[in-house]
Amino acid sequence: MTMVPQMPKSWRLETKPHKFCPGCGHGLVLKALGEAIDELGIQDKVVFGADIGCSLLAWDFFNVDTVQTHHGRTTPVVTGVKRANPDVICIAYMGDGGGYAIGSQHLVNAAARNERITAILVNNCNYAMTGGQMAPTTLPGMKTETTPYGRDIKETGYPTQGPEMVAAITREGSYIARGTIANLKQLKSFLKKALENQMAGNGFSFVEALSTCPTNWRTNAKDTWAFVEKEMTKYFKVGELKNPAAKEGE
Amino acid sequence: MAEKPIQGEKRVFMTGNEVVAWAALAAKADIMYGYPITPQNEIMHYWTRMAPKYGKRFLQTEDELSAGFTTLGGVLAGRKAFTATAGPGNTLMQEPLSMAEMMRIPSVVIIQQRGGPSTATVIYSQQEVTMTTYGGNGEGFRIVYSTANHQELFDYTIKAFNTAWKYRFPTFVLGDGYQAKMRESLTIYDPEDRGIELVKTEPFIGKEPVNGEKQPVHIRNTYNTEEELFEVITKYLEDYTRITPEIIEHQEFDCEDADIVVVSHGVVSRAAKGAVQELRNAGLKVGYFRPVTLRPFPADRLRAVADGTKTLLMVESSLGQMAKLVKDAIFGSTVAIATLFKPGVGVTSEEIVTKVKGML
Repeated sequence: MTMVPQMPKSWRLETKPHKFCPGCGHGLVLKALGEAIDELGIQDKVVFGADIGCSLLAWDFFNVDTVQTHHGRTTPVVTGVKRANPDVICIAYMGDGGGYAIGSQHLVNAAARNERITAILVNNCNYAMTGGQMAPTTLPGMKTETTPYGRDIKETGYPTQGPEMVAAITREGSYIARGTIANLKQLKSFLKKALENQMAGNGFSFVEALSTCPTNWRTNAKDTWAFVEKEMTKYFKVGELKNPAAKEGE
Repeated sequence: MAEKPIQGEKRVFMTGNEVVAWAALAAKADIMYGYPITPQNEIMHYWTRMAPKYGKRFLQTEDELSAGFTTLGGVLAGRKAFTATAGPGNTLMQEPLSMAEMMRIPSVVIIQQRGGPSTATVIYSQQEVTMTTYGGNGEGFRIVYSTANHQELFDYTIKAFNTAWKYRFPTFVLGDGYQAKMRESLTIYDPEDRGIELVKTEPFIGKEPVNGEKQPVHIRNTYNTEEELFEVITKYLEDYTRITPEIIEHQEFDCEDADIVVVSHGVVSRAAKGAVQELRNAGLKVGYFRPVTLRPFPADRLRAVADGTKTLLMVESSLGQMAKLVKDAIFGSTVAIATLFKPGVGVTSEEIVTKVKGML
């Protein structure tokens, strides 16, 4: 008898196994998201937007309405959907390049306007789909295809701290957290709260997920895990930055 | 709230931007997304004043990339959504509009052309023809109406929503700064009272479940293989070619026996019309041809006109952006070509009359 791995109900079985590289963290983020969607019972109400980069491989991942957009433009597309039809639950799914570089103006302004959408950003410290170039999130000293001698912060500045930036520009009603695929239970709870925050009509919800890219990091399983758990967390602190629900409960 | 914005018909004296806002209301547009740029700003100004009274919405975005992409989001949600822009804003909007082409999203965009390249002037030009008809990476699967006066701005803005939603190609109303800012008389009306049916919209995503069953849709603009993309583009070309005869529009007069036919579009065609009438009154054999749709282009008719005359005189406020469309349309014709190009500058009847007289 073959063991069928347990998959979220909202996953689309016909497109599994998925197309991410072995060891990639996207599958885990999407599993946590799928379980959050299942637990909230919102599968029929979700509009899922997929950005360009590895995140575009999620375009047929779920049994939910999905639109694949352009690099960095998922935030405005789902903003447009939500503004036109506030009854749907909008998710913008993107990578660090999409959210913090080419689409940073959209992230900043959607947050500033307190758009009632949920943005999920997967941080793997590089542009993975295009072959491993430096991203806004590449760690100081980290080698990539465009920083072959290591990221020099004197030349290229420090990595973008997205949730901290979004927290600094949002007011009441926003939910902001940074999770990691190294703690899936916690990541799922963050994603769930980010969706609940949208459903309650509170405001902008943003979750960054620390993730892995062994293909471009050129790491084995052990080093991959060590990098996400030890190296990335030195710079990117995991936890909730803003939670309107917790405030009310205090 | 329930009452119609325009009861019956009304004679008004308005700027073109105000006309567009009224037309969008009359066409029952649901939501406008926009970013400030001259000379289209007053479309937003009038829309934001009038729209809330009729339960309509507006979002001011962070740039034209966002205005374009939010508009596509609104359309995907099944709403009549539109935006308006000009010049460098039109440049930025080519990215979302190439997505609209690829995904057959019936977006409506009003372009009020300004001078170019770059920031140039905020006043007027006809230099956004190439970009509006064939901009972005793609094949120009778009529909572009070039209007000449305020009545047309009203009529074609209403028509643009119908064309976009009927044929599912991104649709443009190509105006300019003169039309935007000038005040002119026109008749505004409720289209349904005139028997103009408003094409119904339909959500692409976020549809309600049917009998408790939700069939999720997955829409994309990325393809894995060359063949896959080729199949899609081939189908789009077939569709576009098939509907072209239903969409193309042009105006002409006095072409039958003309030695020279003046070809122009948009607001310049008004000067051309005046010039041709004056030249005819003086007994000169001059004709008038004006493409109303720049994309698709009324190619067959213009080819016939070209074959029946000696010279086509192309007049426009650019260095030949319309002329390129014309030459492409009449390829193979032996007609002589003459030009009066004034990039970013208005053209008067007198200039055209002088030009024609100098040619005869």
